[in-house]
Amino acid sequence: MEFSKDDVRKIAKLANLELNDDEVSRMAHDMAEVLTHMEQLAGLDTSNVEPMAQVLFEASPTASLRADVVRDRTILGTADALRNSALSGAGHFKVPRVIER
Amino acid sequence: MENISSLTIAQVRDGLREKKFSATELAGQALRFAEAENSKTNGYLTFSPELATATAKVVDEKIARGEDPGLLAGVPIGVKDVISTKGVRTTCASRMLEHYIPPYDATAVERLKAAGALIIGKANCDEFAMGSSNENSAFGPVRNPVALDRVPGGSSGGSAAVVAQGTAVASLGSDTGGSIRQPASFCGVVGVTPTYGRISRYGLVAFASSLDHIGPFARNVSDAATVLEAIAGRDELDATSAFAPVDDYQTEMRKPVKGMKIGIPKEYFEGLAAETGDKIHAGLDVLRKLGCEVKEVSLPHTPYAISTYYIICTAEASSNLARYDGVRYTARAEASTLGEMYARTRDSFFGMECKRRIMLGTYVLSHGYYDAYYLKAQKVRSLIAADYSNALKEVDALVAPVSPFPAFKLGEKIADPMQMYLSDIYTITGDLAGIPCMSVPCGVTPEGLPVGMQIFAGHFQESTMFRLAYAFEQAGGVA
Repeated sequence: MEFSKDDVRKIAKLANLELNDDEVSRMAHDMAEVLTHMEQLAGLDTSNVEPMAQVLFEASPTASLRADVVRDRTILGTADALRNSALSGAGHFKVPRVIER
Repeated sequence: MENISSLTIAQVRDGLREKKFSATELAGQALRFAEAENSKTNGYLTFSPELATATAKVVDEKIARGEDPGLLAGVPIGVKDVISTKGVRTTCASRMLEHYIPPYDATAVERLKAAGALIIGKANCDEFAMGSSNENSAFGPVRNPVALDRVPGGSSGGSAAVVAQGTAVASLGSDTGGSIRQPASFCGVVGVTPTYGRISRYGLVAFASSLDHIGPFARNVSDAATVLEAIAGRDELDATSAFAPVDDYQTEMRKPVKGMKIGIPKEYFEGLAAETGDKIHAGLDVLRKLGCEVKEVSLPHTPYAISTYYIICTAEASSNLARYDGVRYTARAEASTLGEMYARTRDSFFGMECKRRIMLGTYVLSHGYYDAYYLKAQKVRSLIAADYSNALKEVDALVAPVSPFPAFKLGEKIADPMQMYLSDIYTITGDLAGIPCMSVPCGVTPEGLPVGMQIFAGHFQESTMFRLAYAFEQAGGVA
């Protein structure tokens, strides 16, 4: 399978990655190789097979639900939530300007 | 006081009860030993002396009051650095999270603490758990303590190495496509991937959510079972965690194995290195002598497993890693617009393997390719799971090699991602099916490299798996 540098740049844009020229070349080679291997699946008849997105087990109808009560353990205060950010202020994450005057 | 490098969980328990040492003394010795030995393997990224000492103090106080100090009281444990530890740096071996300090504990960590375990440090790993050799860590590779010029396996290489090296009695790793069993095999320790949903994933930094498992490493089967028992069970904070009751593994695994039916999947013995194959066959002979009936079975969709796995895991990874955008997690590249900030941050702080998987995942989920790749892979995943389900109707457990070969040399495969991906062929199917599986040491090659024997059982049948592994270990395994 061919995977061009333009294909790489298009996918990189979708993935929010700014790859340099060396990375683009290497990625084109690696993706072509891996996707060629993946194409073997096309030869398998799965027309009557249900997809399996998650391992599921039998349980009561509300198995995944918990009581609607506040648990101290899961409350994250503003200070804790912002503590790891690159830049914060006035109780918010700060990012480059997105709205021009 | 005994050397921590040879203690078992039972010996720690007995030592505390008999007042041979206190938990505080044990924490101090474990930390000193681990810090002194770490330059050999790079198994730990961060030590957590305050956490270990604080927990040790609680354990000692409980013992002084005559209270039960917990199932893992005083046990020095390493935790893979993709599992959140409140107040202790958790990097996922990535520059992206180099300075990240979680404000909460993963449920597994919370349960370790409640059981009295001394978390002495965070174990090195492949970046965001992506890799099969532990060479993708942004903070340098881990070296295999058995042979320092070789990889420990990945992605939980640090977790395996610290147990093999004796700088922890047990550890936690995570397994998405074999990241517990393969390093356990390469380092000669026990590694357990429990049933999907057996251990809560809350606080495990997500790689591929439908495949991610947390599981223990230990130097013997009993210790691994004890750690699992301490942290398993339903958690309301993870809706995919299961309600299934947790067995008393210590009792269950001591039941005899005579008459147990074991299946050997024939597809797992093709392309196997002779040195590995010899050990697994010798292991099967041990099980036969214990009275097990061994018969060949087939898992016919195994040849499709690598493709299926790498489509699903990269798709989920591309989605899960979208959160690293320069806003919330410390790392941010200089940029004048928001779009530039996202792209430059992600390019600057992710390593090449993460970028490769994000790219593959974005591609297989993109418009026009979703049905051909992602949906198709989800259907083949159903076929692979059905293979196991059918085989496990005929037999109680399956036995196979963990890896086609023993630990390889550092740098040997890192330049060829496809070759690296192919090395996971015997482990990824267990994750795709969500069944419990483990690696138990099965001798060493003539070069002295450990070989692991893999055991698979049905969903929530960890007891069956432990029973077989324990009997094998007690019989002396394979030399």
